[in-house]
Amino acid sequence: MGSLDTFLQQVFNGLVLGSLYALIALGYTMVYGIVNLINFAHGDVLMVGALTALSAIAAAQGFAPGIPGWGLMLIGMFAAVPVCVLLSLLIERVAYRPLRHAPRLAPLITAIGVSILLQTLAMSVWGRNPRTFPQLLPSEPIVLGPATATVTKLLVIVLSAVIMVALLILVQRTRLGRAMRATAENARVASLMGVNPNAVIAATFAIGAALAAVAGVMYAALYSVAHFYMGFIPGLKAFTAAVLGGIGNIPGAMIGGILLGLIEALGAGYIDQLSNGVFGSNYQDVFAFIVLCAVLILRPSGLLGERVADRA
Amino acid sequence: MLNVGGVSKRFGGLQALEEVGLHIERQQIYGLIGPNGAGKTTFFNVITGLVRPDAGHFELDGTAYEPTAVHRVAAAGIARTFQNIRLFADMTALENVMVGRHVRTHCGALASVLRTGTARREEEQIRQRSRELLQYVGISHLGHLQARTLSYGDQRRLEIARALATDPKLLALDEPAAGMNATEKTGLRRLLERIRSDGITILLIEHDVKLVMGLCDQVTVLDEGRVIKEGSPGQVQHDPAVIEAYLGRAHAPA
Amino acid sequence: MLGATVSIALVLLVLPLVAGWLGPAWVRTLGFAALYVMLALGLNIVVGFAGLLDLGYIAFYAVGAYTFALLGSPHLVQNFPAIAQLFPNGLHVPIWAAIPLGAAVAAGFGVLLGTPVLKLRGDYLAIVTLGFGEIIRIFLNNLNEPINLTNGPQGITLIDPVRIGELRFDRALSVAGLQLTSLQLYYYLFTVLALLCVLVCARLQDSRVGRAWMAIREDEIAAKAMGINVRNVKLLAFGLGATFGGVSGSLFAAFQGFVSPESFSLMESIIVLSMIVLGGLGHIPGVILGAVMLSVFPELLRHSVGPLQTQLFGRTLIDTEVLRMLLYGAALVVIMLYRPKGLWPAPQHGVAPSTITSTPTQASADS
Repeated sequence: MGSLDTFLQQVFNGLVLGSLYALIALGYTMVYGIVNLINFAHGDVLMVGALTALSAIAAAQGFAPGIPGWGLMLIGMFAAVPVCVLLSLLIERVAYRPLRHAPRLAPLITAIGVSILLQTLAMSVWGRNPRTFPQLLPSEPIVLGPATATVTKLLVIVLSAVIMVALLILVQRTRLGRAMRATAENARVASLMGVNPNAVIAATFAIGAALAAVAGVMYAALYSVAHFYMGFIPGLKAFTAAVLGGIGNIPGAMIGGILLGLIEALGAGYIDQLSNGVFGSNYQDVFAFIVLCAVLILRPSGLLGERVADRA
Repeated sequence: MLNVGGVSKRFGGLQALEEVGLHIERQQIYGLIGPNGAGKTTFFNVITGLVRPDAGHFELDGTAYEPTAVHRVAAAGIARTFQNIRLFADMTALENVMVGRHVRTHCGALASVLRTGTARREEEQIRQRSRELLQYVGISHLGHLQARTLSYGDQRRLEIARALATDPKLLALDEPAAGMNATEKTGLRRLLERIRSDGITILLIEHDVKLVMGLCDQVTVLDEGRVIKEGSPGQVQHDPAVIEAYLGRAHAPA
Repeated sequence: MLGATVSIALVLLVLPLVAGWLGPAWVRTLGFAALYVMLALGLNIVVGFAGLLDLGYIAFYAVGAYTFALLGSPHLVQNFPAIAQLFPNGLHVPIWAAIPLGAAVAAGFGVLLGTPVLKLRGDYLAIVTLGFGEIIRIFLNNLNEPINLTNGPQGITLIDPVRIGELRFDRALSVAGLQLTSLQLYYYLFTVLALLCVLVCARLQDSRVGRAWMAIREDEIAAKAMGINVRNVKLLAFGLGATFGGVSGSLFAAFQGFVSPESFSLMESIIVLSMIVLGGLGHIPGVILGAVMLSVFPELLRHSVGPLQTQLFGRTLIDTEVLRMLLYGAALVVIMLYRPKGLWPAPQHGVAPSTITSTPTQASADS
């Protein structure tokens, strides 16, 4: 009847949200693991990805009006990813690398500044008003047993899963992945083994940015809107997910993301009932913050344990 | 003065300390020696509350204490210096010592803002005593200089002055002579003997065997987390187990 | 020294009159500058003195503002019949009670937030405080049902102005032949209070507590080893910072006459942070400089760049709002990269003449 169906629906919604959080969280966790920095601007990279895709899709539609929705989606992603990768490489090189050995507050303050600058950039290029992200994929609801889904939601889950598996393979089985793990553990020793820490760190930022770009496009597709401030809340929640799973821990970020999505969906779905109508679903964002505070206060190393470099 | 026994601590797979204890009499200069990795600094960290032991009982000046809160250990009367010198780098030498007076003074934020008579008097006392301590360790001419710019030997002296500012019963020094040349070591030795004769008990970790033998009344030797010998320097120097501990294995490079 | 003080006093006295001649918007800017100075000084205690990065500082400003708003506006009377009965003439708590109450509530929140959170390491503390700031804003935005405490996104209006005795700050005042506008009166009030804040901060800096904060900022473990109760001392910094925020917030509510959650976003916290970073973290004159610069410059830009663009290009290429944000972001990044101690840092203490130092042979392994 009602409640099991509602429950399963919320679980499904949670998986969708959680997949996005996981993708974004991976960027945070990899960067923190390797340079002990909370990349405050990561959420804004997501935002740039979404808006870039928007422009690319609009341009493509202008040139060749007959392109199907799937094609436009691909075009959007193929535009967003390189832009975000280049952007994050630039940021790393100009704003973060000079401060790698600075006292601890400096890189964080700089990251905040970069975040503001990215938002300013977005405001100048795309304006301050929210833009509609076109409905590219079929929107008829698909019934999956008790839950209803859409193509977009299914795409989110499937694409995220594929990407996460690919990332795990990259990290565990390839030379770059080994170099990343080594540098994350001890950059000095890794460099003695012939690893170029600057290149590895740059690659880490690049991979994180690519993931954020994809997540950004899907976020925009899911909510049909993109604007300059859209990266803040997802970024903060994804950071929570990374901490929840254990900062620096890649499987942790994936699990943390999914878990946070579930907590949020179930919480938002049931809070009305649980609080007798005092708190409605507009308090949805508060859940992530509560989880963040709870984790940091009660179990700061996260569910699967931290993996951070020893601070010199 | 200090009575510690049964201290054990395990870090993951490593038993850093096993049933370590020592007994220091009032106004003794007590040495804790042993090869690298023996657990000396860990023991220091345990008795001062920086590291929580798995087991152990602790007694300072006849009163039992739980080394759980670092600041309370300092208030109880143990002051320490650090192996890697932990000064407040951007503050002046004088300010560093003035921070040491914190634990023995009481002026709160409100009194400071209102500049009450008590606050002003206490502040003057803090400043005066700190200047005296800088002079006591021999760096009074450096008081206005930024701590990070002092020479290595002067930084060590400053750290001792700061520790003395807390009016300790026991002064615990972690390798105070590391990196000093012979002249500086003689000066240090004289300073420590003077501190002792002024009523303060001293516990020190040191690698310089000559310094330890000449200065300490009693010595405990640690090796791989266990006490292998305690006694007078003379007794310890010739003990075969001690000699084996130092010479009979490969050491970490200096 | 005396000469400098007198000149500064004269400038501060005359400034709003000059600005008034240029236009009321400028007097308003000066008033806000003084308010920001108070906020910046408060955040400076937390970030500059004690070294704790608080990204949710604006929450204390919000709490102070809303407390004052609730105590001095028709809102509670209109929404809660019980209170209407108790206060048939409306709720008009006088400022000598309302401001301390606003400060106290803010301080309470500060202690509440600080207690579980201050043991976290630097970057985590920053994110958690950011989260708290957002939570406060979300609650302010949504606590309009089932009981209407904050009136949601519409905010609370018709807030009482400052009233000292018979003097009402929302009306002009004739004094010594001069006609002082309400904005100018508020400016004088805020400036006097800001100067008071400067005095408090200066005294704190040079005291036992101030040294304890700096010790914690430099090396927390060494500070503990010297007997400093780090947790309590951090909490004191946090609570004091919150108090400054609460007082400023109350004044803001009276000044503006209405409050809404919009004024208390993360961007505001970042603005105050950029003020102290730009000016000189931990250095009181620098903090004042940063606050004044980053509250006045954007207004200068707005009044010059806007029309200039229209003249040159025929239209506005860059929105001045965007320019404002650009200023804050650039300030943070550029300062951190090129002048991390700020534009006006504390003068360097004496440097010891270089002596022959033996490089310590490190017994790096655990003894």
